[in-house]
Amino acid sequence: MRSYRFRKLENRIMISLAYVALVIALIPLASILIETISNGLSAMSFSLFFEEIPPLGQSGGGIGPAIQGTLIVVALASIMGVPIGVFSGIYLAEFRQSRIASVARFLNDVLTNVPSIVLGIFGWVLVVVAIGWSVIAGAVALAIMMIPIVTRTTEEAIKLVPVNIREAAIALGVPRWKTTLTVVLSSAKKGIATGILLAVARISGETAPLLLTILGSRFWFSGFTQPTAALPLTIFNFSQSPFRTVDLPRAWGASLILIFIVLAINIIVRYATREKYG
Amino acid sequence: MSYKIEIQSLSAWFGSKQVLQDITMKIKQNVVTAIIGPSGCGKTTLIRCLNRMHELTPRAKVTGRVLLDGEDIYGENVDPVTVRRRIGMVFQKPNPFPMMSIYDNAAAGLKLNGIADKHRLDEIVEESLRAAHLWDEVRLELGKSGASLSGGQQQRLCIARALAIEPEVILMDEPTSALDPTAAAKIEQLIRVLAEDYTVIIVTHNMQQAARVSDFTAFLYLGRLVEYGSTKDIFENPKSELTEKYITGEFG
Repeated sequence: MRSYRFRKLENRIMISLAYVALVIALIPLASILIETISNGLSAMSFSLFFEEIPPLGQSGGGIGPAIQGTLIVVALASIMGVPIGVFSGIYLAEFRQSRIASVARFLNDVLTNVPSIVLGIFGWVLVVVAIGWSVIAGAVALAIMMIPIVTRTTEEAIKLVPVNIREAAIALGVPRWKTTLTVVLSSAKKGIATGILLAVARISGETAPLLLTILGSRFWFSGFTQPTAALPLTIFNFSQSPFRTVDLPRAWGASLILIFIVLAINIIVRYATREKYG
Repeated sequence: MSYKIEIQSLSAWFGSKQVLQDITMKIKQNVVTAIIGPSGCGKTTLIRCLNRMHELTPRAKVTGRVLLDGEDIYGENVDPVTVRRRIGMVFQKPNPFPMMSIYDNAAAGLKLNGIADKHRLDEIVEESLRAAHLWDEVRLELGKSGASLSGGQQQRLCIARALAIEPEVILMDEPTSALDPTAAAKIEQLIRVLAEDYTVIIVTHNMQQAARVSDFTAFLYLGRLVEYGSTKDIFENPKSELTEKYITGEFG
């Protein structure tokens, strides 16, 4: 048998290796945050939030329409995507053995891995060709991106609800559909909310599908069938600008705001779905 | 005394495995009937057939008839949901709804079935918590989580929840097996009181419990009803050798 001292040493080495790996993993995360915050904060100003986007290289103005556009497109995508995702997830969990469910589950997994640019083209073919570059087209593309994520997490969350909770309701003479929509959903709401958050966070930062659908704009929102601005597109445009001194700070500012929007949505949803009795 | 439930040639399966074989028995009104037998003999399945819970398990099957007040609950036009409102159930493991308060747990059956009248809910909640001998312990903290109660209190809360929808029959599936002896004794007392107003059917693997709380006892073995009669006869004067061996602890 190995000596106690040797095992102790071995233990120390393994723990040190784990720490090193953790630090390496945290370096990019920390540097992204530090870089974004330090560059972004210096770009913050009242006008950044509330003024229209200037042409590249021109000083003044802000990125107001991009903030507004992101919020509108993401909200609209969620309105379309969340109910479809949640109800699909309910179906997959409740009828898990049916033939349709296993086919749908497979297709859903495939959809999760479709590159986002492809969804952009899909939104373009589906909506842009018919009504032109528009908020609706962007929301459709992003909604399609959300659905598989929300579906999968809803299914998993519902499967985790203990059978005895479900049976308790059934035994009280509550119809099955009502049991699912009340007792089961409310037991699973935390997991479902996490899934929605993941999806919202993911689509908020998407650039590729938006390039092909909402096109981008320098002006305030002017209708659901009109092109609009969005933060990822603005970040992209400003960061590619040849007028670095003027435009790069704006790109950082927009990045910081995008991170904060995702964070804020996160906190709000967590608060709204917190367990009453922790 | 009249018969509340008549079970006629009831058989049940999980997939291709038959767990109940041709059970026929009549259960009297306002008495406690205990179902005893070794693990896996079909006790739980039998009572789950009585409120149509068995069929919820995938690939489960039932044949035969169960008459409630003379009417077959497996009849063609019978909605299992209505059956379950007349025949309540208490489970082996206390299962209050963890996301609900004590009050909401007791009111759950009514609320989920669409009764919103606050005044009426208050009344029924108090009544059923009293009937479950829980009211005095929780009346000052009805807003607390149902899951914050002790195991025995949780089980009485589940009994209150079942009583609140005013069933006629109460099925209990080993209601004390997850509880300590003191909590179990309270539930046993309660069962005796409940029998004044309800028909109680209790599954238990604890023979002393069956002897203490029940008026009639049925002994099940390998899915068959071996013997059924007054508790006194079963324990003092069993007709079947198998029953005698079981109650004297030769196997189990």
